[in-house]
Formats: sequence, structure tokens, C-alpha cells
Amino acid sequence: MEDVNRGTWRLKKGLADMLKGGVIMDVTTPEQAKIAEEAGAVAVMALERVPADVRAQGGVARMADPAIVEQICVAVTIPVMGKVRLGHFAEAQVLAALGIDYIDESEVLTPADERYHIDKHTFAVPFVCGAKDLGEALRRIAEGAAMIRTKGEPGTGNIVEAIRHVRLVSEQIRQVRNSSDAELVVLTRDWGAPLELLREVRELGRLPVVNFAAGGVATPADASLLMQLGCDGIFVGSGVFKSSDPLARAKAIVRATTHYQDPQVLLEVSRNLGEAMRGLEMSTVAAPDRMQERGW
Amino acid sequence: MVKIGVLALQGDVREHLDVLRVLGTEARMVTRPAHVAGLQGLILPGGESTTIGRLMVEYEVDQAIIAAAREGLGILGTCAGLILLADNIVGSQQPRLGLLPVRVRRNAYGRQVDSFETKIDVPVLGPPPVRAVFIRAPLVEQVSDRVDVLAQHGGHPVLIQKGKILGCSFHPELTNDTRIHQYFVSLASSAMAPE
Repeated sequence: MEDVNRGTWRLKKGLADMLKGGVIMDVTTPEQAKIAEEAGAVAVMALERVPADVRAQGGVARMADPAIVEQICVAVTIPVMGKVRLGHFAEAQVLAALGIDYIDESEVLTPADERYHIDKHTFAVPFVCGAKDLGEALRRIAEGAAMIRTKGEPGTGNIVEAIRHVRLVSEQIRQVRNSSDAELVVLTRDWGAPLELLREVRELGRLPVVNFAAGGVATPADASLLMQLGCDGIFVGSGVFKSSDPLARAKAIVRATTHYQDPQVLLEVSRNLGEAMRGLEMSTVAAPDRMQERGW
Repeated sequence: MVKIGVLALQGDVREHLDVLRVLGTEARMVTRPAHVAGLQGLILPGGESTTIGRLMVEYEVDQAIIAAAREGLGILGTCAGLILLADNIVGSQQPRLGLLPVRVRRNAYGRQVDSFETKIDVPVLGPPPVRAVFIRAPLVEQVSDRVDVLAQHGGHPVLIQKGKILGCSFHPELTNDTRIHQYFVSLASSAMAPE
């Protein structure tokens, strides 16, 4: 067959477009993956431990055992994502060889490289990366990330950090839209953002790739809040399977994400969900334990 | 003036709305049965068919679409949208509209690394060929003889039509070529009787 192209930027970015308006859920077993699919998740993130357990158990958090990821790939028909350590391109090669649909170069795992992120352009498989401000988002896109998510503070069940990051990115996009060429040059210095991408943001009025929210989502109202603030979709990490009734909560978060502008639906789906994950108040998370500070 | 809806439960809704805006067509997002009234056409976007299917059943949006199709509503389904239109999805009980007598197999082209773009001739549109973007696309394995095949790739139909319903296994909304949408909008606004 002539003229067939794979691994193009359009295909990488395009898969993220197909996930918009949806919920991506962390799962650690094929059974959990099936519950997520049943609830209406658009994709699952295959992990060894959810962020809350990474936080509680400590130690070095690495890519999951490929055997677990493979079992999850077989269990569901929706796309499967997997996490690798910051800068650990060999872990990414493993997941790519396995046929994973999307790779998350994630601060939830222990960073492998303290200076460089993965050169994501060299992979045919698309990448999603975390960001807590516009400069960080645009550096990741410059390295080849085809999708961005806020970092929030993973495994806390506390939405405050995700909100801070979403708000900041929106403020910075508004500033870019009102900036002259000379002002953009100053922003490249202040934010560490590539000039070409700042120009693209100015033209589009948004990030040039899909932007999901992540980190601390625990309730349907959390999901609705982030969607109303302009996010394209939601990642739920520990929030589903650390709650008392995962299927009911997962379904409720999916419906709240779809009908985020309808308070009546939000009311309906918020009733009788059982206990949400317990969660952490931010002042109890010491600075060195904050995963959002990982990433350069 | 012709009014086209885009089913907005999940997926690449914005990209379809952008194409309709370029064409100067009045467009509306559809999330509830009431939104289907007064439309000449409805686009089922790309996305996850299992997710959209489940959400579509919840507020009986599916019933409103099926009823409107009987009255002559034109429908274009791209990728996940085509899966939702199919009456036979191999190995799956997932919710669907079942408006096209075709058998589709999900993820038959493989995983994301097997997603591809290529050029495809679409005779009803004339030259040049269409740039077709296939992302975890469904494979159309069989079509009933009441279905017209408008384009093929690798021996399989990739653009099909039955009356005012169009199914497309790739994503015309991800390119700047608006011809498939144009074809759909004129089909939807035509006086052709529903089958």
C-alpha cells in the first residue's frame, strides 16, 4: 500500500481529541479496568499502585510490571495508557513495544532524570505530560507531548492544587492573547516557554493540544468544577478505587463530566455515593512529598 | 436554513462544529432528546463508542435519534459514530442505534501505533483524493446490499451510505478538507425520503 503514514503528530493529537469530554481512570487490575469501562471511562491508566498508595507506601515508584499492563490491555476495548518515570525513555520503550496506546511521563513515579524529560518526538506512540503552568505545558509540547494534564497534587483527594494549576494556565493564556511580539519574547525568558508555541497559543486562545485535569479529583462535583473552568476532560487517580463504592462513583463522575453544565444532573448523581476517599489537607503534605514539584 | 446537530456526549465535538462553521451551516450541540427536534442532520462524532453509547441510552437520546431517522433525519457517523450506527458489532453487546445494516469489528486495525493516515479516492467527491485519518478505527467487515460503498481501503468499505445515513471509519473532521461534510449537509437537506 502506498503513502501510508503512522505515528504522525495528527494521529497522536487526534487520539487525545477522541478522549475529550471523557474520564480516564487509574486501574491496577483487569477487574478494575472492566469496572471503569462499564462505568463509561474513555480510557484506563494501567498502574501497579494508585497515587494514594505510592504516597502512603513510599519507596521508589516505577513503571508497572508489563504483565499487569498486558492483562489490562486484553481485558478492555477502550485505550490503555501507562505511566513511566520522568526522563526514563527505556521504560517508555518497554510500554511502546507492548503496544500501549498512550504513555504518561508522570511525576507520580519517582523521577529518573533530574534535568531532561523524554524526547517524545522519537516515539510513534503518543505521550501525555503533567504541567502546573503554561511554560511547563509548552516545554512538554516542545518535547513532543500530544496531550497535557494539570498536575494537581496526586493521591490527596484534594482538588485545590488542580484548581490552582488550571486557573494559572487560563490566566497566562489570557495574558499571552494580549501580548505583543516583544512581550512574548520576555515571556519566553520568564516562563521558559518556546516562542513559536507562545505565538500558537496567542492565535488559538488555548493550548495547542488537548488539556485534561488531574490530581485530587474525588467527587462528581470536582469533575464538573474542572470542566466548567475549561478543561477538556478528567483523569481520576485514587478517587474511584479508594472510595467505598467504585462502580457507582465512577459512573457518577462520568455523568458529571458529560453534563457538567447541568446542576440537576450533578444533584442526581451526587446522592448516596457512599464514602469518598478520605483525602489529605495540603498543609499536612510536606514540601518534599509534593509530587507536583517534580518536572523541569 | 439547514440546521445540523452534533451529538455532544463525548468525543471530538469541537472539530465537527468547526467544520460546520467553515461551511456556514447553523449548528447545535445535542445532549438531550429535545435537542433533536428541528434538525435536518445529526453528526455522531469520533470518541469512545462504549462511552457515548452508554450516555446516549441514559436520557433516551438514542430513542429520539432513531425516531427522527425514520422521519428523514440525515446522520453522519465518524469512527465511533459509525460503530454506533452499525447493527452488528462483532463480540460486543454495547448500546447502539443499529440504523445501518453492516457488521463492524472494533480495533481491528490494531492499537494506537497501528493508527494511520493515507489518501483515498472518493468517486462521488471527484478529485483530489481525501486525506483519511484512521485512529483505532473500526473495520467494516460486511455490508448489506442496501448499503452503497462510496470509498474503500484495503478491500474494505470506509465510507458507506444508506439513504440519508452516512458512515465513515476515518475522521474527515481532523483535516481541512470539508468535502465529506459538504456532501452530508446537502444530503441532509435534500428531500430524499427516509428508507
